Amino acid sequence: MKILVCISHVPDTTSKISFTDNNTKFNNAGVQYIIGPYDEYALSKAIDLREAGGGSVTVINVGEADTEPTIRKALAIGADDAIRVNAFPKDANFVAEQIAAVAKSNTYDLILMGRESIDFNGGMVHGMVAELLGLPSISPIMKLEINGTTATMSKEIEGGKEVVECNFPFVAGCQEPIAEWKIPNMRGIMSAKSKPLAVLEPVASEEVVKLLNFETPKPKGACKMIDPATPEQLFDLLRNEAKII
Amino acid sequence: MSVLIYIETEEGIIKKSSFEAAGYSGALARLQGTHAVAIVFENTAVEVLEKLGNYGIQKVYQVSDTKYTQAAAMPYSSAIAELVQKENIEVIALPKSSTADAMVSRIATKLKAGVATNVLELPNLTEGFQVKRAIYTGKAFAQIQLTAAIKVISIAKNAYTATTTSDKATIESFVPTTNEVDFKIVSKEIQKATGDILLTEADIVVSGGRGMKGPENWGILLDLAKAMHAGTGCSKPVSDMDWRPHHEHVGQTGVKVSPNLYIAIGISGAIQHLAGVNSSKIIVAINKDPEAPFFKAADYGICGDLFDIVPKLAAAAKNYIN
Ligand SMILES: Cc1cc2nc3c(=O)[nH]c(=O)nc-3n(C[C@H](O)[C@H](O)[C@H](O)COP(=O)(O)OP(=O)(O)OC[C@H]3O[C@@H](n4cnc5c(N)ncnc54)[C@H](O)[C@@H]3O)c2cc1C
Ligand SMILES: Nc1ncnc2c1ncn2[C@@H]1O[C@H](COP(=O)(O)O)[C@@H](O)[C@H]1O
Repeated sequence: MKILVCISHVPDTTSKISFTDNNTKFNNAGVQYIIGPYDEYALSKAIDLREAGGGSVTVINVGEADTEPTIRKALAIGADDAIRVNAFPKDANFVAEQIAAVAKSNTYDLILMGRESIDFNGGMVHGMVAELLGLPSISPIMKLEINGTTATMSKEIEGGKEVVECNFPFVAGCQEPIAEWKIPNMRGIMSAKSKPLAVLEPVASEEVVKLLNFETPKPKGACKMIDPATPEQLFDLLRNEAKII
Repeated sequence: MSVLIYIETEEGIIKKSSFEAAGYSGALARLQGTHAVAIVFENTAVEVLEKLGNYGIQKVYQVSDTKYTQAAAMPYSSAIAELVQKENIEVIALPKSSTADAMVSRIATKLKAGVATNVLELPNLTEGFQVKRAIYTGKAFAQIQLTAAIKVISIAKNAYTATTTSDKATIESFVPTTNEVDFKIVSKEIQKATGDILLTEADIVVSGGRGMKGPENWGILLDLAKAMHAGTGCSKPVSDMDWRPHHEHVGQTGVKVSPNLYIAIGISGAIQHLAGVNSSKIIVAINKDPEAPFFKAADYGICGDLFDIVPKLAAAAKNYIN
């Protein structure tokens, strides 16, 4: 089975988020970058599927040269090869058009992504890629089992889950506990350096959204502490001060 | 050039998030000097749908073919794209829900629309169509302009509070053209906790962390949640250890909630947990450690033993909440 895994290159989950240039640019200072956590579940699942049934795992990232360490990490974890589309990932539509262009010229049985990136949080690239390729899409999935050419998946819905079936090819957005994250070993790290990483130039894409500026939330006021001997005071405050009950 | 809102029902009743998004759409239409219409796929009683008029919706398109609800997101998206072209619609608004989340991107790509999810406020129309959306899991916001002719927006919870009228919506049946590829995903089974208040729809959420010590202690938390008509959530380690079901896991890698009131019990307040709750209106933290980071993110704090505090709160809640 040929699997394509789409990975985003995002600030580590503990990062403090701030902006520069009059709130128009993300402030990179001191920020560590990682593979999007949901994308890493997708990657881990792809590797499990290859180990069980053969085939190949290709990772793709739309990003400038600074994302290569993140791509190499995906190779160290176990992807066979990688593609970087050399462009700043402006928005979901742009990213989706790049991935769809690559997937059109290489047929994949399965395209796995994270349920959402943790920077844009759009949860949109999978649906967009699928729509551009005329394929079904499904997200967020927590379980995926294969039987011949059919996948059985468990999808999270409000208050529970839904079991669905779909024939290959399709696009899916993953979340835990679909697979266990894999820690790259020494051999993986060494071999990652020599695995193929193709750099492609982007295809043209029409602009549908424009970023104007960023904002950070107003800092919270001090926390009002309530005497633990009379916790029921909380309700008076919620009613008379916060006015929410 | 009207506004179309996608409406969801649950057991014959319009979901709260859909009413909120309907109110938003009605207000947006007034702002644009146009009118708002709705589409609903589940077969729903006329009296129920008419009520959308209270929120500023003039007409509701009802799709009655039950084949649609079996496969949901994909056929719904195609039907909406078809309606948009037929009825000269400019903005498509969706509430936050698992089905709607899967539709936003498909609708946008079909219509080559500009799209924004997690939209927090009514758009600013003074210069084009500008919306504010949450990014970096609520740690920041972005102001973006949707420059395409058609716009698709997904409305965050609590983005708009509607004032209602006694107007009634008219109902019209809509029969979309069906498309093979849309029915390739086959629903086999739905497992859902019934009777519970949905976490994502709840006005109040009571959440427990590792400080609860074990699943056998959840009774006190559930008592409090019940007394407050609250939904229940948990931290990631709690769902990882199977103390609570996965769909309760709140945070950066779990469910994002934005209730009016979030009560965190025995949760330390790691940045990844806070990312999923930081858009709540009021946050209460209960923790025995005065240095717990949650107190820095909370509006009210109680520092003490949760096994002592939570039962007292549950008992007192009955006098405050009816
Ligand atoms: C990539 C990544 C993603 C993550 N995503 C998430 C996420 O989405 N959601 C999430 O929740 N976590 C997430 N985490 C984990 C997160 O970093 C924390 O480990 C987790 O939130 C801690 O859970 P906790 O607060 O329940 O447990 P702990 O950190 O162990 O805290 C327990 C708290 O209970 C208090 N306590 C103990 N006993 C009592 C008592 N008797 N009375 C009162 N208080 C008591 C303690 O003082 C302590 O503050 C993620 C981590 C990573 C690396
Ligand atoms: N720049 C990118 N390059 C490759 N894949 C991406 C990129 N951005 C997002 N994705 C994938 O698309 C998913 C959804 O992203 P989003 O729509 O931004 O929430 C992510 O979980 C990734 O799998």
